Amino acid sequence: MKIIAKEHIAEDLTKFVIESELIAEKALPGQFIILMVCKEGERIPLTIVDTDEKKKTITIIFQEVGYTTKLLGRLESGDLLYSLVGPLGKATPVRNYGKVIVVGGGVGIAELLPVARAFKDAGCAITSILGGRTAELVILPEQVKEYSEDMYITTDDGSLGEKGMVTDPLKRLIEKDQNYGLVFCVGPLPMMRAVSDLTRAFNIKTLVCLNSIMIDGTGMCGGCRVTINGETKFTCVDGPDFDGHEVDFNELMTRQKRFISHEKHAMCKLDEKIKK
Amino acid sequence: MAKVNQKQVPMREQSYAERIKNFKEVPCGYSEEEAVLEAKRCLQCKNPLCAQGCPVGIDIPGFIDLIAKEDFRGSIRKMKEKNSLPAICGRVCPQEDQCQKVCVLAKRKEPIAIGRLERFIADWEARQGDIEIPSKKPPTGKKIACVGSGPAGLTVAGESAKLGHNVTILEALHELGGVLTYGIPEFRLPNSIVQREVEYISSLGVKIMTSFVVSKLKTVDELLEEFDAVFIATGAGLPWFMSIPGENYNGVYSANEYLTRTNLMRAYQFPKYDTPIIKGKQAAVIGGGNVAMDSVRTALRLGAEKTMIIYRRSKTEMPARLEEIHHAEEEGVIFEFLTLPVAYHPDEKGWLKEMECIRMELGEPDASGRRRPIPIEGSNFRIPVDVVVVAIGNSPNPLLPSLTPDLKLGKKGNIVIDQNSGKTSKKGVFAGGDIATGAATVISAMGAGKIAAWAIDEYLKTGEW
Ligand SMILES: Cc1cc2nc3c(=O)[nH]c(=O)nc-3n(C[C@H](O)[C@H](O)[C@H](O)COP(=O)(O)OP(=O)(O)OC[C@H]3O[C@@H](n4cnc5c(N)ncnc54)[C@H](O)[C@@H]3O)c2cc1C
Ligand SMILES: Cc1cc2nc3c(=O)[nH]c(=O)nc-3n(C[C@H](O)[C@H](O)[C@H](O)COP(=O)(O)OP(=O)(O)OC[C@H]3O[C@@H](n4cnc5c(N)ncnc54)[C@H](O)[C@@H]3O)c2cc1C
Ligand code: SF4
Ligand code: FES
Repeated sequence: MKIIAKEHIAEDLTKFVIESELIAEKALPGQFIILMVCKEGERIPLTIVDTDEKKKTITIIFQEVGYTTKLLGRLESGDLLYSLVGPLGKATPVRNYGKVIVVGGGVGIAELLPVARAFKDAGCAITSILGGRTAELVILPEQVKEYSEDMYITTDDGSLGEKGMVTDPLKRLIEKDQNYGLVFCVGPLPMMRAVSDLTRAFNIKTLVCLNSIMIDGTGMCGGCRVTINGETKFTCVDGPDFDGHEVDFNELMTRQKRFISHEKHAMCKLDEKIKK
Repeated sequence: MAKVNQKQVPMREQSYAERIKNFKEVPCGYSEEEAVLEAKRCLQCKNPLCAQGCPVGIDIPGFIDLIAKEDFRGSIRKMKEKNSLPAICGRVCPQEDQCQKVCVLAKRKEPIAIGRLERFIADWEARQGDIEIPSKKPPTGKKIACVGSGPAGLTVAGESAKLGHNVTILEALHELGGVLTYGIPEFRLPNSIVQREVEYISSLGVKIMTSFVVSKLKTVDELLEEFDAVFIATGAGLPWFMSIPGENYNGVYSANEYLTRTNLMRAYQFPKYDTPIIKGKQAAVIGGGNVAMDSVRTALRLGAEKTMIIYRRSKTEMPARLEEIHHAEEEGVIFEFLTLPVAYHPDEKGWLKEMECIRMELGEPDASGRRRPIPIEGSNFRIPVDVVVVAIGNSPNPLLPSLTPDLKLGKKGNIVIDQNSGKTSKKGVFAGGDIATGAATVISAMGAGKIAAWAIDEYLKTGEW
């Protein structure tokens, strides 16, 4: 549970290497951990981005979006987490899908890494598409490139790659060639929805990695529930990967806003803490 | 012989005007004088029926007699011969269905307040500050893993440690106690009491590993390579929903989520604690059991102006403990009987706004012996609500069984065991508590734990399965 390395990756994006022998041994691509920063803390889920069985460590990369992630960002190498549990969730179903497009947005690019690596090891030919608001937020392009035959980058402001959305190159690719075995996408919900809408028209199998709000991560609370093909599923045990064509994104987007007023309140508390 | 007082010595309680504003315990417990007075009502029957009504076979007249003689130390010793978690049982056991139901005094007068005395003697010991550690048998060198730390897991851990075995508890959450910690609210069972029992268990030399999800971090087979026996007590943690339209709107919770946020994560102390909860002004809880009562009384304490129980049968069919129904009524909870939710309606932003219900009437008795509720067609009506808690039941947590293929399961996803030993279909693996029975009670989970602890001891001695 000890943080043994901290690295600032980009604005608001931090990487931690954390000691955890057993999780390092067991984690599979697509699985996540849940951690607490302190005794009074929330439990928040983060993807296991990398593991090192020899050094007995796991790697997480997180974006400071709110109270808990900001608090986490204030920890330093040598600090202990209050709690750490994992690996949770089902692993991404990895096999040779043939030609695969992986799409990542924002911090989702980090979450893409272990899956892209596993796809490549399974023999898939990977084309990657990375997107972000601006150049600095398109993180880890070198690492993704390592696993890709081809890579496209888009930014909202055109500061890197082409100006536009990840769906622009995606559309061109699948219009030209429909023989993709899989599109795998992880990023903000609107992006995963746009990608799924697009591939649905072309009937290309699409997996998205959902980021529901969680507590226990063991299927006990039902707080992470999502509607998949009309049926209620728990993201923490049935997912986090689901068929993008079956996800009720509207519902999930509304559910993500459940605690907005509390989140604002918590941020005020953080400001006070920092002042002190 | 002096004439026995007809009535139980009453237990002081926080007034309801006061208590709905806090999460402190409602009953205050007996003083020494009150306990002695109540204990003296006991007839010390030759053939005490009460003891037969107790699932763990406490020597009830024995411990009560010692209270009457003011030998409190002796009384707690007697108690702990059979029950290592008396502070918990004294508070949450359904005594009215067990020991107190069969007390001979129950026929004409009020039964002995066995639960209150049990609680008294446990709290008395805690107040002395020197909880006695019982003698342990010499180390056997055998290792046992207890998966889950609810009452079943804690019991097996405690009993097995006393028998000299080397025990490790593996718990998925970051705190121990199972439902005692995440489910039952502070105002019925203070967390400090559960933690006290946990400390007692660890003082017996039991190793504790939290944040350890068995089947994900290690499989049961991997545990068997390290441990000589494994006891599975992962509880009935899977919440049921009703599958009616709108159940995922913001504002609809499972009881597990609602209670876990409040109890385990202490959301009632937000923002001192970081986990949020939607407080709600008009809260409706669906269901008629203890879980529903706990949820509705939690909603009240979180500040709801109107709190309702929505139950599809009538009051007589409610499975909740009488005491809890009574407390909820006193606190101003509204009961809508013979009412079934059929849909939820949102506001323009997707937040819960109204609950649509249908009225029911009672027909012929069903398999459970209770009269079956039948919907009255066309009786639909709407109730304005901003929080709904679904408390219609839980079933065994499927996470571990689904990843342990050679464990035989029953129809309801429960692990099948031999009732007399807790043995499962897998050699070296025992199970008990809610994972085997489905949602039941604290004391039945403890009873199952005791049986399993003896059977594990036997198995470790003989190697026979
Ligand atoms: C399986 C899974 C894996 C995840 N992996 C990662 C990861 O590797 N790196 C990473 O940075 N984040 C990841 N997340 C998201 C991360 O858990 C949230 O960003 C975090 O919980 C936010 O907590 P907070 O208190 O800082 O923000 P809050 O104050 O709770 O929220 C601030 C704002 O952030 C957004 N937000 C809140 N919760 C979530 C959420 N669960 N997902 C997305 N946005 C949210 C909302 O817009 C909210 O208004 C993952 C989530 C899941 C479920
Ligand atoms: C709100 C509520 C109120 C109740 N009120 C009463 C009452 O007043 N009186 C009464 O007698 N009974 C009551 N009950 C029922 C009682 O609490 C249960 O019957 C009892 O707790 C069951 O004990 P158990 O040990 O089988 O499991 P639990 O108490 O459910 O504990 C199971 C534990 O296993 C852990 N676990 C699950 N999966 C894994 C895994 N794979 N690896 C590691 N750990 C795991 C869980 O996190 C949990 O801590 C109530 C229940 C609820 C929900
Ligand atoms: S049955 Fe009642 S009166 Fe008789 S011993 Fe038990 S508690 Fe006392
Ligand atoms: S996080 Fe509680 S069920 Fe998924």
